[in-house]
Order: sequence, then C-alpha cells, then structure tokens
Amino acid sequence: MKKTVYTLCFMCSVRCPIAVTVEDDEVIAIGGNPFVPAMKGICPKCAAAIGWTHDPQRVQSPLIRTGPRGSGQWKHATWDEALGYTASRCKDIFARYGSKSAVFCERVNLTTDISKTFMNAIGSPNYFSHDTVCKGSINTACRSMLGYTDGQINADWANTRHVVLYGRNVFESIEVKAMNGLLDAMSKGAKLTCIDPRVSITAAKSSRYFMIRPGTDLAVNYALIHVLIKEHLHYDVAYVNRWVEGFDRLYSFINPYTPEWAEAETGIPAHDIIQLAKEVSEAKPAVIFHYGYRGSNHPNEIHFRRSILMLNALLGSIESKGGLFIKKGPKDAGLKAGLKKFSDQSFPKMEDTRRFDGCGQEKFPIADPAHGVGAMFPHAVLNEDPYPLKVLFAFRYDPLYSLADWNQTRKALEKLELIVSCDINFGGTTSLADVILPETFFLERSDPLQMGAGLKPAINRRNACCKPRFDTRPMWLILKQLAERMGAGQYFPYETIEDIWNYQLSDTGIAISDFDKKGFVTLTDKAILWDRDNGLDFKTPSGKIEFVSSLMEKHGFSSFPEYPKTEMPQDRFRLIVGRCAAHTNVMTQNNPYLNELVPENVLWINDVRAKSLGIENNDRVEIESGAGKGQIKAFVTNMIHPEAVFMLHGFGHQESGARRSYQKGLADAMIQEAIMDPIGGSPAFDHTVVQVRKAEV
Amino acid sequence: MGDYLIYTDSQKCVACHACEIACKTKNRVPIGTTLGKIVIMGPKLVNGQPRMASLFVPCFHCEDAWCINACPVDAIRKRSKDGLVHILPDLCVGCKSCVLACPWHIPQWNAAVGKAMKCDLCMDRIDEGLEPACVSVCPTGALQFGEPATLSHQSRETYALNLLGRSQSRYGH
Repeated sequence: MKKTVYTLCFMCSVRCPIAVTVEDDEVIAIGGNPFVPAMKGICPKCAAAIGWTHDPQRVQSPLIRTGPRGSGQWKHATWDEALGYTASRCKDIFARYGSKSAVFCERVNLTTDISKTFMNAIGSPNYFSHDTVCKGSINTACRSMLGYTDGQINADWANTRHVVLYGRNVFESIEVKAMNGLLDAMSKGAKLTCIDPRVSITAAKSSRYFMIRPGTDLAVNYALIHVLIKEHLHYDVAYVNRWVEGFDRLYSFINPYTPEWAEAETGIPAHDIIQLAKEVSEAKPAVIFHYGYRGSNHPNEIHFRRSILMLNALLGSIESKGGLFIKKGPKDAGLKAGLKKFSDQSFPKMEDTRRFDGCGQEKFPIADPAHGVGAMFPHAVLNEDPYPLKVLFAFRYDPLYSLADWNQTRKALEKLELIVSCDINFGGTTSLADVILPETFFLERSDPLQMGAGLKPAINRRNACCKPRFDTRPMWLILKQLAERMGAGQYFPYETIEDIWNYQLSDTGIAISDFDKKGFVTLTDKAILWDRDNGLDFKTPSGKIEFVSSLMEKHGFSSFPEYPKTEMPQDRFRLIVGRCAAHTNVMTQNNPYLNELVPENVLWINDVRAKSLGIENNDRVEIESGAGKGQIKAFVTNMIHPEAVFMLHGFGHQESGARRSYQKGLADAMIQEAIMDPIGGSPAFDHTVVQVRKAEV
Repeated sequence: MGDYLIYTDSQKCVACHACEIACKTKNRVPIGTTLGKIVIMGPKLVNGQPRMASLFVPCFHCEDAWCINACPVDAIRKRSKDGLVHILPDLCVGCKSCVLACPWHIPQWNAAVGKAMKCDLCMDRIDEGLEPACVSVCPTGALQFGEPATLSHQSRETYALNLLGRSQSRYGH
C-alpha cells in the first residue's frame, strides 16, 4: 500500500518542503512538495537521503566509550543506561564547576526552541549554533543597519531584474525555491553578476563574471557606491532621504574610493565597475546585492556585509518587489499570536550569566547571543577563559571539522571531561565523544512545527514517513529525558510529538489536522510588502537604515573605518573554501550516494602559478599554514585567481566508523588559522595565507 | 527512446546530479554503476566568461536495438505498447553481450547479482502515470519527459509566446 507523506527535508539547513512516497513502511521515492510550485524537484542531497535509511554505518544504538578518545571502542547501551550515565557524569562535574561549565552547540533546527529550554533548565548560558560560524558577521551587519537579523530578511528572487553575488554560490548550495525563482527571473531577462575568485557553477550560469582578487570585495563595493552617489542621479534619492540615517557620513567617506582605486585593489577594470553601477541603477529597485552566505569571509567582514546592505539601500531595494524584503510573521498575517515557545517559560535565575565566548558581553558586545561566537570555543576551553568548561553537548554539530584550526579544536576537545554527541553518523566530534545518543533520521521522525516567515508566512510540519530503523530517538525526546534525569523535567510538558504540536499551536486557532492535506498551513495568500513611503518598520533606534550605526558607535566601533589595503606575499596563496551541490558542510561525506558523487576534495590552483612551482594536474601537493599542513591532489586550472587556492569544505575525515569518507581528501579546518572578524563574530575562513609545494613522494 | 523523449534544457541544468542519484535509489543500482547519466561540459572560460552545457544520456530505447539483437537468450524485450526496451532479469545469464553490442555501452553490469541491468525509463512509474525518477527529481525542471509531439508543441508555444510578448511591449500595446 503506497502513501504520500508531506514533510520537511533535513539533509541541509534549508528544510525544503518535500513529498515522500512510502510503501510498506519503506521510503521509495522523494520529490518536491507539489503544493509549492517552485519545488520543481529536489537536490542531490535530498535524493540521497534514501541511502541513509538502511545504512549500516550509521550510529545504530546509544554508545558509551570504553577505550581512549577516538579509538572507536564502544559498548552498546540501552537508552536508560546512556541517559543515566550522561546525567550522573554531569551532576558530578556540575558539583565541582557549576552548570555553566556545560556548552551546548547545534545546527539550528526545529528543536532549537527545546535545546534552548534545556540550557535554561540546567542553568548554563553557554549555547552556540552553527549559524555563528556560517554567518555571524552577516547577522551583526544586518542588525547594525536594519535592526533585523539576516534570518529575518530574504530576497525576492523571482521578481528581480539584477542580482549581484559575492562568492554566494546559489546554484551549488541549492535552495530549490530560491534557485528556481532566480532561474525564472533570468529567463525573463534578469541579469546575474557573479564576483568570485573562483569559477563556480554559479559563475558559469551568470550573465557576467568577475574574477576578483581574494579578500577585496569591500573595495569593489566602495567603488560601486562611489559611482552611484557621485553621479547623483544613479541612486534612489527619495528612498535614501526618507529611510537612510547617516548618508552624509558615507558621502564624505567614499571620496577616495574611486573605480580606478578599486581596479588596482581588486583587479576588476574601472570601466566594468562603472558599467555595473549603471546597470543596477537602471534595474532599481528590483535589485538584489546578496548579503551572504559563505564566501569572502575575511577579518573586515562586518564592513563588507554592511556595504552590501548600503548598496541595496541606495537603490531603494530593501522592502521592494524584486529586491530584499523583511520577512513577515503571523501577526503581519492577522493572527493573534504565533507558535508558542517552550523557551519562553520562566526559568530559575542563572548563578553566573557570563558566557564562554563573551558574546553580547565584553569580548563581542554586538554579536548575537542567540547564536553566540562559536569560534571562541577552543580558546575558552584551553585557557579556561572566563572559567573552566568541562562538558560539551554536540548535537548534530561537529565543531572539530567546522571551526578553523583542527589541531587546536582537537586539543580543546581532549581537555573536556565529558562530550555528549547526538548524531546519526560517526562524525569527528562524535567519534571523540564519551557517550553518543543517536538521533532518529529525519525521514523517520516528526519534529516541532516550523514558523516559515516570509512574504507569505506559513507554518510547516516535519512528519515521520516511516518507523526508525535503528535504536534511535528524536532530539526533542532525548533532551526531555536527559533533563528529567538532571532534575529539570518540569520544563518539558509533553510526552509525544502531538503534545508539542498542540502546545505550539495553542494560541493560533490552527488545528494540527490542518497540516494533513499539504504539510503546511499558509497564513495569507497575498505577499505582504510594507508601504515604502511611510510603512517601513526598521528596528533600529532611529527607525531608519543606519549607515552610521548607533549599535556600533555606542560600543566604540566606527561605521566607516578606512579601507585596509590587502597585502599578499608574492610566493604565497590565500586559501579560500566553498561548497558543492553534493555535500552539506561536514555531515554528508559518508552518505553512500553523495560519497560516490564527490568522494574527496582537490586543491584548485592557478595554471600559471602551478607551472612556476612545477605542479601538474593531479600531482599530490603539500599545503601549509600557521595552523597545520596536509597533502591533497592538485587541480590545475585557469578558473581561479592567481593569488588564491581553493578547496571544498568538509573532507579529510579521520573517523574509522565512517568508512567511505575515511581519510578522503584534506580537511580545510586543518589548514585554516583561527582568524576572526573581531566585531561581527564570524571566523575569517577565507583569509589564511598558505604555501603550496609539490609533495615529496 | 521508445515513444518518449527526455529533453535536457542546458540553460536550467545546474549539474547537481540529483537525476543520477534518484535513478540509483529507485532502481537499486549498485554504487559505481550508472543507468541514466548526466554529462556536463565545462565550466570553462570562453573570453573570460565561464560557460557550461549539459546533456542527459539515458538508454535511447532504439527502434532496432543492438542489445536485443545481441542477447543470446532473448532476455531483452521491447514493450509493444510504447517501445521501451527492458531486461527480464530471470532470463539474463550474465553474458554481457548487450553491454558490448550497444554502441554507447548503455546496459550496465550489476556485479551484486551477476546480471545486466539497464534504464527502462522507469516503466513501472510511467504505467502509474508518473515521470521517470530522474526527471521527477530535477530541481530546476531542466529534464523534461514526454512524447516528441508534446515536447514540440510546448517548446514552440513557449518560444512564440515569448516573441509575441516582446513585440507587444515594443509597440506599446
């Protein structure tokens, strides 16, 4: 008997709405949810999800470590044993160091509300998410200018007339709906400008590609701004007068940053910059300068992301059709309330509210404590700064391969007394854990409802398609059962997923059965765009788009510091990293189908530079930085800037439990130095300077 | 391709290979073996601008199929209703004649069971009114499945309506 289940994917963080065909409790096919027209299909990761349902290399039951860390020696445990063991170890450690000695990290997901409830319930302020590493500075930049986080804005791809992307690889990161919106717009004549030191699939799909010198994206933006505002008619004067705070400061600041100056810094010809400025001006306000994600992560990232938002503002494209928009929620759609949160309960006061990362406090005063500054984790552990950290809950997140400087992170993990991992695979941190609490795979579980804010807000549901194949549990149940054993079960007033759904919906007037037909409930049929004359609700102190940011200036950060020239020794390279369509960060390399598709990474190196180093295509090369060194196969090509070398993120796994990905390729984290944007909070993943030489055989 | 075609819109293809993976999971194709294959040219730089192109290569379901003619045990058949060429696994003796005979070596060797296997355009799905797995998952609609006449109608309509739309705006209607 066949049935169709509408659910949300979780092979990456996009969570596309999908339709899953199930026969006799087996998933036999996955496609896009047909009630969402832009979901024309699914990406390769989603297609490969079936490969994980019966994969014997998954974590199949709770495990407790018996040998040295990372030895792969485990004993199988019952859930009661594993949870009891975790709770009693925590109690012992908390008695000595306090509950603040626990850090919880995760990939933000539908259970995040419950993760935060867990940390409040046990009394630790130390939560951080993957978001901090992926886009911390984008978040900070958005809040400094708009008063919204990056998660609260989006791009109206389908109606745009010109998109400018800086390393943002839309055609390989694949958000299916967004990608189709852009393709549809392009088929109607929209232009795509791609700025990237390396030719990606996105570059190959672009109308115009600029091979920019790595680390200089901010310079091209300053020159674009220069052209737009010095040739007075090219920007949206009325919009800027109405909605921008601090334009005068920008006007005088931008003086030295001419297109000719930018040409010397970026390698992009001045006349091309001028031409681009004219084209985007003609397309305004249906223009998207996209603010993220990945690509071009350097220490000055906060200013780079802010410059992107300034360009949008100058063209009046914030809250415009075909531009950026502020996501609308349930209240905008006329509902009394949105989904009720468990983390809004009142919790006991924490004995110490100082965070391990100083986020929202003295170290990173304007980074977002909702996500933290995860890059500080190894430093905090190793230096016991501001106090000893002893317990890590790594829930579906792998700091070992996700943070820069693998060797330092490994040392920090070794120093911990207890690592608790919740994972479906043997990931890097999972393999070093003391106890593994295996999560049920997304096709096999239901999760809390998702508030899908947007132009047309909706509430979405992940619904189990089949029974769990192994002895696993969903994260919302694991956290509740762990909290119960730690004496804090009262904050988890549910037994089943239906209890959670009913709790979430209790103030909305929506019934859970409303989700059965399509998997989601739309709250409005019409796109909600605010009135551009008087209705833009920016959450900054001034209520405007703050070019001069009160948030930054209040904490002693200049809104317009002088541009620092990018210096580069002639015999070195800048290591830049990125993604491909086959893999999600460090998580999917061992999936049987995705591993077959892209089994290892290679080092892209410019053909002229390679020749001078005696490196030929497919040679093994050694790459070395201040953080570490390793060997990898060279891909010699003219499709990368001479100053850059590139590798895909997430390879070089050393976990013997994940046999397909074991020792395939090289971990970028092994080479990346722990450099940061000190204001925004992002790691500067594309800033490490490296040496490359032919490996000795 | 029997009575059907799979058309690749190179403009829309993003070289993600979801088509191949869906084919493998649907047809239980062993790792290392590919029935429907997406072939990508590029990206490469042409006057500084990167370009790429794609073409999906499933079995062509030839009218006079080399594989059928080569099979010594009559294990490969053509469906009379729509001309799809498929292997009857129970009859296949694993001699690989079909693999050798096909000019594109499209029949594949399934080492796990010691038999040949090939793309049958997911004829069980077609019989249920569905598209082949490869086409059904394509995230951008770059792969289009249908009968040649339907595809032709669709392409000409899209082309002509686009052209008419442009001339209308030019004359200010």
